[in-house]
Amino acid sequence: MTVRDVIEGRVWVLGDDVDTDGIIGGKYLTIIDPEELKKHVFEIALPEFAGGARTGDIVVAGENFGCGSSREHAPQALRAIGVGAIVADSFARIFYRNSINLGIPTIEAKGVRRLFEKGDPARIEMRAGRVTNARSGASATFPPLPHHLLELLEVGGLVEKVRLELEHRKAAARAAP
Amino acid sequence: MSAPSGAGQTLAEKILARAGGLERVVPGQIVEGKVDLAMMHEQGAQTVGPFHQMGAEKVWDPERVVIAIDHWVPASTEGAAVLHRILRKFAAEMQLPHFYDVGNHGICHQILAENGWVVPGDLAVGTDSHTNMLGAMGALAAGIGPTEMAAVLALGQLWLKVPPTIRVRVRGRLGPGVTAKDLVLRVLGEIKTTGATYKAIEYCGPTIEGLSMPERFTICNMTTEMGAKAGMVSPDQKTFDYLAPIAKHAMHPLRPDPDAFYERTVEIEVDGMEPMVACPYSPDNVRPLPEVAREHVKVDQVFLGSCTNARIEDLREGAALMKGHRVAPGVRFIVSPASTKIYEQCLREGIIQTFTEAGAVFTNSSCSACFGGNMGILAPEEVCASSSNRNFPGRMGAKQARIYLLSPAATVAAAIRGELADPREMM
Repeated sequence: MTVRDVIEGRVWVLGDDVDTDGIIGGKYLTIIDPEELKKHVFEIALPEFAGGARTGDIVVAGENFGCGSSREHAPQALRAIGVGAIVADSFARIFYRNSINLGIPTIEAKGVRRLFEKGDPARIEMRAGRVTNARSGASATFPPLPHHLLELLEVGGLVEKVRLELEHRKAAARAAP
Repeated sequence: MSAPSGAGQTLAEKILARAGGLERVVPGQIVEGKVDLAMMHEQGAQTVGPFHQMGAEKVWDPERVVIAIDHWVPASTEGAAVLHRILRKFAAEMQLPHFYDVGNHGICHQILAENGWVVPGDLAVGTDSHTNMLGAMGALAAGIGPTEMAAVLALGQLWLKVPPTIRVRVRGRLGPGVTAKDLVLRVLGEIKTTGATYKAIEYCGPTIEGLSMPERFTICNMTTEMGAKAGMVSPDQKTFDYLAPIAKHAMHPLRPDPDAFYERTVEIEVDGMEPMVACPYSPDNVRPLPEVAREHVKVDQVFLGSCTNARIEDLREGAALMKGHRVAPGVRFIVSPASTKIYEQCLREGIIQTFTEAGAVFTNSSCSACFGGNMGILAPEEVCASSSNRNFPGRMGAKQARIYLLSPAATVAAAIRGELADPREMM
């Protein structure tokens, strides 16, 4: 997935303090296959999500989304579902890093949670820094991502970024006399 | 936000400046930091795939990588066995010598602490959120995910945004039966679960200076529950004495400047403070334990364990209280030491015997009941008194189960009474 400037999708709404146990329970942590993981995503926080979500859907949440353990299973499962973006009033730091590293547009926009109801169409403008509810017209702004993170999303995530970096180093080593 | 020019630097800023090879840094700045120590537990199995996809052929420095399996030890499911096998194979292929496998195992953070893997001034990362615990060494220690760990193994560095620092200054004397756990719960009650998101916390003041290293571990460990990137204590003689016989690499101690810029200072006074409890369903839902005990909260299970509170000092204290009592009828009491080394100490000191004769289950070292994926799992509506660090819905099993977070002594008091109780009444 490489990030587009404008991301549109149907919204699922969650509340504050959705922790990683609520995204993927401890009993599923030995699952490595994301296709298997995605069947259990939000089992505690939003049980109808796993069966009802479609590729491109957008997750909107309140404060401190993804708090708790460092499990990358949580954003992995959401990536396997194919979510278009995750937008929240605020994120827990490890979840935020994991999600960006996996190449998921992850956007912190204060006040976004109260703008949306389940099923609303959302429009996210990455560079302008705006999230709009296309039904009501209400919007929230956010500081555009730092260059460093936009670059990460543009190449498709951290795996791709490091792959390019290592290739570059190898090429430089070969070119050296 | 940036610090006033000319102002001194906090401990986190100094460590990140060193890691980034910079003179000084300011909050908000992104630093490419060199990593001094990288730790993986079972989640590291998910590092292997991305590591190969990145085209990496070797680990940047095998002497700086520790693998310590702890969540499912010995493997309790086929899935866990596969994770362990992936890690063993990776360690063999990459020639990673520091693998704490079954028989020499322990909770990853305790393994790092008791073997001197993190020293003052280090930048350490681990695939577990409670990696913050090692901040007690005067280091910046943070949890990261497995994909990010793959990048660290390949390059030996990662990007970090310099966090603003909150100073928590603690004064006063902890009374008998009031512990470092009660203190950190009190701090959580003030700062709340989002109060330190993306930030560093520096603990200081006479009370912190008076704490032992294990007590500092407990406090830095639960800084994670405040959302923090790091919880840290400036290194002092206690740090050096603890590490002198075990440090695995050279110390490069850094201390905050007296004129460092803090985003905020939280003052905590502990004179007269009572034991604390975090009630369901959040670690910041903190109340004085005697007040909650008056509501006669019956417990089905008690857990004395986890990276927060299962060191030898915790288990000694628990055993001293347990001696001469029985576990209340209908209560399941699980005791799990934080490492095999601690298990052996318990064996020598008669602590296993004390707990077992009282009707508790003394298990081998692992994360045990803390995370609801291995053993000691709760059924719906069950209540657990636990010395661990999280009480979110579903944390230890059923979504409807209720978890109360307490000090080790208070868990033993609950096991004896069959309901939440003030441990001071039994001392």
